[in-house]
Amino acid sequence: MSESTRTIEELTSADYEYGFSTDLETDIAPPGLDESVVRLISSKKDEPEWLLEWRLKAYAAWREMEEPDWAKLEIAPIDYESISYWAAPKQKPVLDSMDDVDPDIREMFDKLGIPLHEQKMLSNVAVDAIVDSVSVTTTFKATLLEAGVIFCSFSEAVKDYPDLVREHLGSVVPVRDNFFAALNSAVFSDGSFCYIPRGVRCPMELSTYFRINSMNTGQFERTLIVAEDDSHVSYLEGCTAPQRDENQLHAAVVELVAKDRAEIKYSTVQNWYPGDENGVGGIYNFVTKRGRAHTDAKISWTQVETGSAITWKYPSVILQGDRSIGEFYSVALSCRRQQADTGTKMIHIGKDTTSTIISKGISAARGQNTYRGLVKILRSAENARNYTQCDSLLLGKECGAHTIPYIEVKNPTAQVEHEASTSTVGEDQLYYCRQRGMTEEDAMSMIVNGFCREVFNELPMEFAVEAQRLLSISLEGSVG
Amino acid sequence: MLHVNNLTAAIGDKQILNGLNLDVGAGEVHAIMGPNGSGKSTFAHTLAGRDGYDITGEVTLDGADLLDMEPEARAAAGVFMGFQYPVEIPGVNNMYFLRTALNSVRRARGETEVGARDFLNVSKKAMDLVEMKEDFLYRSVNAGFSGGEKKRNEILQMAIMEPRLAILDETDSGLDIDALRIIAGGVNALRSPERSMIVITHYQRLLDYIKPDFVHVLVDGRIVKSGDHTLALHLEANGYADFETDLGDAAEQSFAGAQS
Repeated sequence: MSESTRTIEELTSADYEYGFSTDLETDIAPPGLDESVVRLISSKKDEPEWLLEWRLKAYAAWREMEEPDWAKLEIAPIDYESISYWAAPKQKPVLDSMDDVDPDIREMFDKLGIPLHEQKMLSNVAVDAIVDSVSVTTTFKATLLEAGVIFCSFSEAVKDYPDLVREHLGSVVPVRDNFFAALNSAVFSDGSFCYIPRGVRCPMELSTYFRINSMNTGQFERTLIVAEDDSHVSYLEGCTAPQRDENQLHAAVVELVAKDRAEIKYSTVQNWYPGDENGVGGIYNFVTKRGRAHTDAKISWTQVETGSAITWKYPSVILQGDRSIGEFYSVALSCRRQQADTGTKMIHIGKDTTSTIISKGISAARGQNTYRGLVKILRSAENARNYTQCDSLLLGKECGAHTIPYIEVKNPTAQVEHEASTSTVGEDQLYYCRQRGMTEEDAMSMIVNGFCREVFNELPMEFAVEAQRLLSISLEGSVG
Repeated sequence: MLHVNNLTAAIGDKQILNGLNLDVGAGEVHAIMGPNGSGKSTFAHTLAGRDGYDITGEVTLDGADLLDMEPEARAAAGVFMGFQYPVEIPGVNNMYFLRTALNSVRRARGETEVGARDFLNVSKKAMDLVEMKEDFLYRSVNAGFSGGEKKRNEILQMAIMEPRLAILDETDSGLDIDALRIIAGGVNALRSPERSMIVITHYQRLLDYIKPDFVHVLVDGRIVKSGDHTLALHLEANGYADFETDLGDAAEQSFAGAQS
């Protein structure tokens, strides 16, 4: 092995810094899934009858479905009977103010760099903090409500805004959509809900921070964002989990509804525990994310995926309304023995619809990275446009990068462009930087961050800084 | 200041440098000329610390053993190389690159780092030197630069890094006469009693602008003749043919001063 290959391996084997776990007194359901568990979850949450029915319908559908096997992923069989489908930190039942948040939980979030005290936070970001199955607190709720913006946990939304939830739940991702979406629909525990009324520009960034803490549990959260006509919202999502030797399942669903001329910008920095260098442990991340864009609406997904042992995720846009716009910007990093099969689906239905896909895949150590994307132009989509760019960067000799684009065009006026490239960090680039005094590690991190620049530019400022730092840490290690 | 004694370098079976000797004093400018494949660029890279060569011999800078150092340690010791083919780094802003480079060597020397605002002042002065506009700082490192812009960027970096020893590897190649004038002007402005330079070139043309104190002829991996700047004129007129015949003899002879 050449010296530079060895160094790259060292550079890509850094520690996971969010691997700690917190001792929280937890209310946890016994492992296994049947109808009674679905009923238990629903009753724990004191849900209305219609929602229980909806869950049961999803459960029945899931029972009939098979795990998808088309992805380029090698996954040890998942034993759905060994997972606990409900885990909630025990704490005071009603939280009127931040001071009521359990100090242990607060400390955990402080340690994660997400202070839950409103006065200590970045003043323009509201946070919904979710631990295992439940939302523990949502900040800035009152401030947002003054602007008419509803931002709360999914459970609260079901209680306080049942009509809004009932109208939109499952409207973008139906319960039978796919195996993991059906599972989520049956057992989802909590998540975030936000509603931006007509003509309102949300006055601050909304964000949800997901933390898996308990052992042997799955996390199944649901996010629903509804942006009424002429509204605008930017939403951020972050995730971490403790370092554990067993795999943990995370199957989430996110639904976005952007009505006429509305704009939703959804950004994710996903840093679930990736497992160790031998592939032991790590989160299995199976996520269904989809948005529906009505006339002149715009939905933009930006994701930075550095964590998880398995990532199976295709944030998509249904471009239903005329002149609607869909965007997907992605950085996916596969280090250690991580496997990522991720991309997007852009479904063009309306006339003059436009989609842009920029995907940056980085493979290091023994990571496998697959871009899988569908651009579908229906017969009705006159003058649809798509531009796709997939760039892969390989660090080391034992990793892999794969690009699998699907293009289906039913309307001859469509213009679809696809560009792909595969490159390595050149020894000449490293040498050039080192001749200018940088260490090999700094040089590597700079070059990789440069490779991701187009995507990072799409992130809100605070997140872009965090994403850059995360990427550097993920690639960092001790040289020599 | 720089002392090179019996330096050899090979890649695999291919011997490139064959016992090169050179002494460069503080403040001196040495030009190294030679035909294609004579080992000029290899010599530059062995000084800068590129991987992949089998090296013997001795190279010291101010008494410190350069061959024992990683490239970044050599940079911290004051070695700067202007690349013949500057490398493109897409997505990395030129100013960020320059500041990271400067602060890396400052850190290594135990000096305080330069903040963003101070750096802007430093870089503006350096940019005037090579007649660059400010937007240059915000473009990706060398990506989409013209040949002339890349070379000017090298001189800009040299002005910011303020090296003890600058090695300019064919900085004149691919330049039109205006760019050559600008670059030579930048290099001349950076000459100082504390700074030594090794200017590697094919052509005498560059030496009309940058007057070297010494000119060396490199053939088959060793210096076969040394002289003052008039030696370059001789080469311009007669080519390298004189030196390519009967190398054995040539190497043993002592060449002091110009022999035109």
